[in-house]
Amino acid sequence: MKFHWSWPLAIAVTMTTAAQAAGNAEHGQELWESRCTGCHSLDTNRVGPKHRGVYGRKAGSIADFAYSPGVKNSPVVWDEKTLDRWLTSPQDFIPGARMGFRVGTAEDRGDIIAYLKKESGK
Amino acid sequence: MSNLIVPAKEIATNRRGFLTGAGQATLSASAVALLVGCESMAAGSGGMAADVSILNVALGLEHEAINAYQIGAESGLLQQPVLNVAVLFQSQHKEHADALMATIRKLGGTPVQAKNKAEYAQALNVSTLKNQTDVLKLAARLERGAANAYLGVIPSFNDKALAQVSGRLAADETMHWTALAGVLNEMLPQKALSFGA
Repeated sequence: MKFHWSWPLAIAVTMTTAAQAAGNAEHGQELWESRCTGCHSLDTNRVGPKHRGVYGRKAGSIADFAYSPGVKNSPVVWDEKTLDRWLTSPQDFIPGARMGFRVGTAEDRGDIIAYLKKESGK
Repeated sequence: MSNLIVPAKEIATNRRGFLTGAGQATLSASAVALLVGCESMAAGSGGMAADVSILNVALGLEHEAINAYQIGAESGLLQQPVLNVAVLFQSQHKEHADALMATIRKLGGTPVQAKNKAEYAQALNVSTLKNQTDVLKLAARLERGAANAYLGVIPSFNDKALAQVSGRLAADETMHWTALAGVLNEMLPQKALSFGA
C-alpha cells in the first residue's frame, strides 16, 4: 500500500469530527452550571425537570414533574441528535414546549450534551 | 463585607420588614414598561402562546428567587448590611414577577402559581446552608443562572418588545450577581461576553 498525501488530512478531519460528536464533558459542565442552573438541577425538579438521567430518557417521563402537554406526549427519546435539536430551538423541535432557552453554537450544545450523557451514566 | 453597596433607604431595614414589606401587589413601573409593545400582538396566535409559555417559565424562575431570598432571610444566617441587600434584590424579583404576571394576563394566559416554601427549600437543598457565605453562594448561583436564562430565551420570543424586556431582566440579574460576587470576593469574569448563550 502506498502512502497518499491526503491521508493525514483525512485522519485529522475524522478525529476532529469524532471529537465534536463526543463533546467535551468538562467544558460542558462549566456551560451547564452557568447557563442551565437558573432552571435545572441534577437531582431535583425546579422550574425545569431534573437532569441526571436525561440522556436515554423519554421526553416528559419524570412522574413528579408537570410538563407541558407537548413534551409530555412527545415520543422523543433524548440522545445526541434529539438533545441537539432541542437545545437549538426547543419550541421548534417540540411544539408547545415551555422552554425557550437556546444554545447558539453546535460546539457548546455538544459539550453540554456530553456532560448530560456523563451524568446520566451513559 | 465593607465593600457591599448599601441599598436605597426605601427598602425594608429589618428582618420583619423583609418578611412582610415587599409583598404588596402593585403594578410597578417595570410592569407598565413590560406591557408596552404588547398591544399589537394578535390574541390567540401560536407565536403569542409560545411567548406566554416562555414568560411563565420566567415567572417560575422569579417565584423561586423570591422564595430563595425569603428562606435565606428566615435562616438567621444573614447579617446587616447583607440582609438589606437581600431585601432589595427580593423586592426587585417581586417587581419582575408582578410585571410578568400582568403581561401574561394581558396576553390571555394564566400565570403559573408559586409553589410552597417547603418545596423550594427541598428543591434548592437549603438544609446544607450553614452560614452567610453558603446563602450568598446559592443566591449568586441562582442570579447567574437567571441572567443566562433571560439571555438564552431572547431569540425565541416572537415579539421583539418582549425580547427587549428579557434583556432588561437579564441586566437586573447580572447586577445582582455582580454585587453578590463582590461580597463573596469572587473573581470577575476575565473575558468579555461571559454571559449568555
